Amino acid sequence: MATRTCSTLAAAVACLLTAAACGGGSTSLDGPAASIFDGDCVDAGGRSVTIYSGRTQNLIEPVLDAFTCETGIEIAVRWGDSVDLALLLGEEGERSRADVFLSRSPGPVGFLEGEGLLTPLAPEVLDLVSDENRSGQGTWVGFSGRKRVLVRNVDLVGDDELPASVFDLTDPRYEGQVAIPATNGSFVDWFTVFRDQYGDEVATEWLDDMVANGARPYANNRSIVDAVNRGEIEMGLVNHYYTFQEAAASADGLRAANHELADDDIGSLLIITAASVTSMSERTEEANELVAYLLSEPVQRYFSDETFEYPLAAGVEPLDILPPLTALEIGSVDFDNLGGGFTITNEIIEASGILDG
Amino acid sequence: MASSTADVAVAVGRLPPVGPRPPLGLRAASLLLGALFALPAAYLIWRTFAADSDPAGLVLTGRTLDPLRRTLQLAGLVSLTAMLVGTALAWLTTRTDLPAARLWRVLLPLPLVVPTFVGAAAMIRTVNPGGLLDDLVSAVGIGTTPELRGLTGAWLVLTLFTYPYVYLPAAARFRQLPGSLEDSARVLGDGPWRTFGRVCLPQAAPAIGAGTVLVFLYAVSDFGAVVLLRYDTLTRAINTSYLTDQAVALALSSVLLALAAVVVVAERWLSARADHRPTTGATRPIVYPLGRWRLPALGLVVGWVAVALGGPLASLVDWSLGGLIRSRGGGRGLTIDGGDVVGATWGSLQVGVLAAGVAIAAVLPIAYLSARHRSTIGTVAAALVISTFALPGLLVALSVRFWTLPVWADAVVGDTMALLIFAYVVRFGSLAMGVTLVAVRSVPPRLGDAAATLGAGRWRRLRTVDLPIMVPGLSAGAGLVLLSVMKELPISLLVSPLGYSNLATRIFLSFQDAFVAEAGILALVLVALSFVLSWFLVIRRADHL
Repeated sequence: MATRTCSTLAAAVACLLTAAACGGGSTSLDGPAASIFDGDCVDAGGRSVTIYSGRTQNLIEPVLDAFTCETGIEIAVRWGDSVDLALLLGEEGERSRADVFLSRSPGPVGFLEGEGLLTPLAPEVLDLVSDENRSGQGTWVGFSGRKRVLVRNVDLVGDDELPASVFDLTDPRYEGQVAIPATNGSFVDWFTVFRDQYGDEVATEWLDDMVANGARPYANNRSIVDAVNRGEIEMGLVNHYYTFQEAAASADGLRAANHELADDDIGSLLIITAASVTSMSERTEEANELVAYLLSEPVQRYFSDETFEYPLAAGVEPLDILPPLTALEIGSVDFDNLGGGFTITNEIIEASGILDG
Repeated sequence: MASSTADVAVAVGRLPPVGPRPPLGLRAASLLLGALFALPAAYLIWRTFAADSDPAGLVLTGRTLDPLRRTLQLAGLVSLTAMLVGTALAWLTTRTDLPAARLWRVLLPLPLVVPTFVGAAAMIRTVNPGGLLDDLVSAVGIGTTPELRGLTGAWLVLTLFTYPYVYLPAAARFRQLPGSLEDSARVLGDGPWRTFGRVCLPQAAPAIGAGTVLVFLYAVSDFGAVVLLRYDTLTRAINTSYLTDQAVALALSSVLLALAAVVVVAERWLSARADHRPTTGATRPIVYPLGRWRLPALGLVVGWVAVALGGPLASLVDWSLGGLIRSRGGGRGLTIDGGDVVGATWGSLQVGVLAAGVAIAAVLPIAYLSARHRSTIGTVAAALVISTFALPGLLVALSVRFWTLPVWADAVVGDTMALLIFAYVVRFGSLAMGVTLVAVRSVPPRLGDAAATLGAGRWRRLRTVDLPIMVPGLSAGAGLVLLSVMKELPISLLVSPLGYSNLATRIFLSFQDAFVAEAGILALVLVALSFVLSWFLVIRRADHL
């Protein structure tokens, strides 16, 4: 777990045969984890922490490897979908083994906060991020961000045809051209904030107008970027991250490109990923250490450089290729005040008829 | 001629209408197993009451009625199509002189192992406008491909991923039917079609029916594929309300369970009236020469494999190669290494084989009690085992965790592999139940009676008389469980010991954040692994009989 000395299949087979070669024999990291910490690993004598992570293994594992190496704190992880893990935690309650919960979006941590299953983070950890990017009750902090953008197919939509605001998308010129991930967590979070900022009437009217204008429902951000890239649909409302990810993963040129809506537009919202400590944890010291580690400079730099996300810790600048951040951030919305917010969001989405398309 | 087949049937003899009084041990075992399988349903009912939700009232709102109607429409279409296709493919590959039949028998079960969320995405990427097939047809100037979506898309894709639920049991049954009956029918003047319709099909009907019910229940519970194909069903409504309004999610899940119960009871009722003729296996199955239909039949099978397996594989290969080329060319490296692949493969293989074995062992007592003794306990337990298949995997995972929360239970099984296997068996015991019932019925009771008079004990009779006859059916059931476990998701993630991973979980995690190359490579490994297992478990065993 702590080290990744095996990088080829041959080496992997050797690993299996001689477990020691990969186990605890070596004392430093390689691969992506080494970009976070390149010193010698330490032994903390049996300290450990258990994580339920809704953040993807492919992205987070190097960070956790670096944490274990640098602090000596051993880590056990249950990976999964953020919503599923939050439901599991809710079901397990006091019996849960989880010390830390990492979420892809604010919804699941908001749910656990409401269930009273989170404990306030240490003040010095909370202070690592600005007020907008943490919970009013201090039970979670944002540790990276993904920005809402409009992805478009560069062959089908010219530069001069692009809107400045999500409100422009109800215009007849965009009829049947816009994909919406209507039931995806990030969209539901975004639309809940939309409602909070503009009121239910405006938000409902916007969605109804979008449906009247032939907006089409898609499963999630990834499937929209894929469909836009193929030219199946002209554009879609997504998180900025997936276009970068597709570009980094595919061998040939991508026909999908992100378009930034205006800085002050609700369509430019930053959706944060959140870290929290559970109320049943008996290892809050280690848990807080881990959350603080996620907000340390090298890890924030890793999120920026390797995963194309926005760093949220004070003093770390985003990657040059990323567009600048807007003033409006999801953390500025107090989830406590949304009371039943997601229920109403879902009702509005279902009533809009978008799902029938 | 109408009387010819009936005469044959009389000559062979049937099961007695009421079996001998069941042994106490068998009843006790079935009761206990039935109770274990009832845990998710009990959890759901308890929660629904505790949350004070109102399933009946909710169903009648427009918000639920539309998704429910769509769920029924889709499940009806998919199960009907899968039944026809699965039966036809099974007959062609087991009872005719189709070229390379063995190869098709290994390949045809494989689409079952592709997790639908990645399989459907790959299919869309292959077929839809701007995809691989579209590039191909527009390059030769034929035009452009249609867009897979909505009811048509979901129908097609789910059929392609679920027909093995019918194919495997039907093929096992066709291979087992003795040739003597068909010979007699033909001697008495029935043509090949008439023989098939009047002799083969009635005998295979219970196996085909059991498989069709599984397709229906799967289609009802699937979320991964339907949401990608943009067809709004009840599972979507359950999924979006789980976090925000659990009362709604529970009520809708109760509706699914009730729906499943109705379908299963109806199928059991039909099956109880079907022709359960014991199989002696004394004569080999007849192989029909296809004659001038040989090439068209081959074309049909090749075409089906090309679409069902080639469709998703094309995009999986494309994603894999894209990532490999990219990382070789100095671009971003892959986020998985050989060690991850080997570890995940072992994780899949281990739980798949264990769960398949335990599932067969768990449903066997229930099948005996229900089929041999016509006991109410057995019949109710069997219906319960099958109905559970309609429940979303997430709910089964949460329920298993819920029942192990008491301190003593958590201390014994919490965070163990045993709990994971148990959860898989509860979720997928349904897949083994139907075929096992058919297998038990195929053993002539008179054989056992004869062995008993010769002094063979119960266990010896099971091992030496019953099991050899049941092996094809049990293998088909084990194969269904194995392939399903290896693609299962919520349970593998939520009920596994900390640190456990397998191919399906790694595919899901990679795909979630659009690491398509990693997801592609792991999915190809999963298909390759299943190919090997399918060859070993399904073909080799059955051919040795």
